[in-house]
Amino acid sequence: MPSEYLGVLIFLMVATAFSIGALVLGEFFRLRRPYAEKLMPYESGNIPVGEPHMRFSVKFYIIAMLFVVFDVEAVFLYPWAVVFDKIGLYAFVEMVIFIVILFVGYIYAWRKEAFVWD
Amino acid sequence: MLQQLFFGYYAFMIIILSLLVVTRGNPVHSVMWMLLLFFHIAGLYLFLNAEFIAAIQVIVYAGAILVLFLFVVLLLNLREELSLRQIAGSWPAAFFIVAALFITVTAALGAYVQGPVGSYSIEAIRSETHTKALGRLLYTEYLFPFEIASLILLVAVVGAVVLAKRKLRS
Amino acid sequence: MPIAMPNLIPVMPELVMTGVAIILLMAELVIKRKETLGFLSLISVGLISYLLLGSAGTTFGGMFVSDGYSTFFKLIFMANLVLTVLISPKYLQTMRINFGEYYALTLFATLGMMLMASAADIIVLYLGLELMALSTYVLAGFIRYDMKSNEAAIKYLLLGAFASAILLYGTSLIYGLTGTTNLRDIAVYITHNGLAKNPLLMVSMIFFAVAFSFKIAAVPFHMWAPDAYEGAPTPITAFMSVGPKAAGFAVLGRVFLVAFGSVKTDWSVILIPIAVLTMAIGNILALSQTNIKRMLAYSSIAHAGYMLLGIIAGTPAGISSVLNYMFIYAFMNIGAFAIVIMLRTEGFAGEDISDYEGLGKTHPTAAALMLVFMFSLTGIPPMAGFMGKFYLFMSAINAGYTWIVIVAVLFSAISAYFYLRIVMLMYMKEPKEVIQLNTSPGIGLALAVTVSAVILIGILPAKVLALAQQAVTSF
Repeated sequence: MPSEYLGVLIFLMVATAFSIGALVLGEFFRLRRPYAEKLMPYESGNIPVGEPHMRFSVKFYIIAMLFVVFDVEAVFLYPWAVVFDKIGLYAFVEMVIFIVILFVGYIYAWRKEAFVWD
Repeated sequence: MLQQLFFGYYAFMIIILSLLVVTRGNPVHSVMWMLLLFFHIAGLYLFLNAEFIAAIQVIVYAGAILVLFLFVVLLLNLREELSLRQIAGSWPAAFFIVAALFITVTAALGAYVQGPVGSYSIEAIRSETHTKALGRLLYTEYLFPFEIASLILLVAVVGAVVLAKRKLRS
Repeated sequence: MPIAMPNLIPVMPELVMTGVAIILLMAELVIKRKETLGFLSLISVGLISYLLLGSAGTTFGGMFVSDGYSTFFKLIFMANLVLTVLISPKYLQTMRINFGEYYALTLFATLGMMLMASAADIIVLYLGLELMALSTYVLAGFIRYDMKSNEAAIKYLLLGAFASAILLYGTSLIYGLTGTTNLRDIAVYITHNGLAKNPLLMVSMIFFAVAFSFKIAAVPFHMWAPDAYEGAPTPITAFMSVGPKAAGFAVLGRVFLVAFGSVKTDWSVILIPIAVLTMAIGNILALSQTNIKRMLAYSSIAHAGYMLLGIIAGTPAGISSVLNYMFIYAFMNIGAFAIVIMLRTEGFAGEDISDYEGLGKTHPTAAALMLVFMFSLTGIPPMAGFMGKFYLFMSAINAGYTWIVIVAVLFSAISAYFYLRIVMLMYMKEPKEVIQLNTSPGIGLALAVTVSAVILIGILPAKVLALAQQAVTSF
């Protein structure tokens, strides 16, 4: 167990205790005088229309999926950057191959208009 | 003692949170419990001195993949989904299989013998830092799997575009 | 830190495959006539097969091995790819799903299979498996407007992901016990450190057996197969019923005979019930099917059961007979699917078994070809299927598993009912309606290749068997 993370742990515990504590304390001390309008969900002062369970367009999915893929690609760059000075050209070449393969995916997605919102 | 306590906490929470994820009726709630689950898994990685993996767990899983899950959940017709009592049928059979598996694995775990200790001990990793140790292995010894990973990501891009963006008919 | 350049000759076929798949993906963006892409992949298969023959060696620190065993399997994958590409274009046009990604994805799936066949390390094995599986999930759901195709993809994906998780669990256990993921090192560690009777090793082997059983569609892990086979585009069903199954057998053979070779008596206890159940359930459930794709799905389950006998025998003769059977199976099964594809026209599914009534009168050639494939699948001499089964059963008897062979022969006899029922319908019934056949030069060529392979190997079985025997000597 890396002991240097003890501070982080204490910070986490304090943060959790504070956020839960604030909610619990608020429950005890705040005034509660509800009436029908006050209980309505707030939509910029308008009367709410329709269901809150709205179906999203499938377009969101493809953006999220592409984001995950290129996020993972970026993840591989971190350890590579850290050891790059030790491995040198060899590491450079293999990362170029890796990125070129993913770049093909990028071109493909781009030409298929995956980034176009219509 | 402190170590066992930490591990026990994480292991226990991971099991409880996983159960919450799979038993919630509302998929949005499941995803939220999963967020907490991912943080606990990250904690477990940190506990194992795998700092880089812990960071990735938070950035990729809690950050990116969870957003993807949430989008997928929002693609569903939630009102219909919420009215379903359960998705998979015959849970006694599932319970029986899982219980049998649990008993088998637990019984066998008693026979665990420590494998050989490699060159990457906790001290070695601590002096080199985890990210460096990982990078050095990944880009020298495990270069071949690393390049295959890029092909898997490429197929993921193609698959996503084919299944969600392409015209229905040619 | 100077690093030696890895020897790239053993991976040359894979590198070319990757290059071709990427070129096809890019070409898809500019080429309007998608059949061109199919033609390109056929040419590349020729080049890759040529490279395969000179690719022997081990590279990447022992993670990747190209030996006779892997080369034989890769030739099966090549045959599978060629036949699939030949039977696809017409079907894709009829179904109006003529997209170029189809060819790129079949190539990526085949690349995954090749990596699996050559994997000498569980990490490479797993990544190859994922590459294959991911591409196949997308291909199974290729008919986006069709509910059944979507269902096929989602079921295949969910159960495939489950199998991957189990495989990783097994890997983590074996890594914890032996401290390595290299198959040969695992074998050495098990014998040198007396792990042979360790219950945890047994649990790990069970997990591996379960994960691979999913891939080869062995009972009780076959549930995805009928739905996935029925919903997927028919050429992909043909592709799935041979490729991933052969790749599954390749890794099953390598993991169990190399890594766990010293504890064979232990894992045969796991595989024997799986094999018997697979033969029983596959053949019995095939009896009641009314959809030909579902029937062939159950038949492919049953064939996985027969092939498991060779692995259980574990002798060189057993393994070579598995290779031999897989080779024969590729031709007879894809041949049968090619006929199924021909019956499909726009607005007419042609997937009902009753659609075959009177085919012998309306289309005698197609009926005769179907008869050959059905005879071969049943295992009736002089078709190749008979010789394949014969060598499999002989190797199991020689290894001392006579009772399982008796069971296998019994279920094989049951299988005659549903295969020959189609022959009966074709020749003994009057045609209900006139069925148009959707032929193309590609399907014609594929049928010519498959039927001549099935008959030739049936009459002269020694050649392929000798190749298979040679393939396992370096194993």
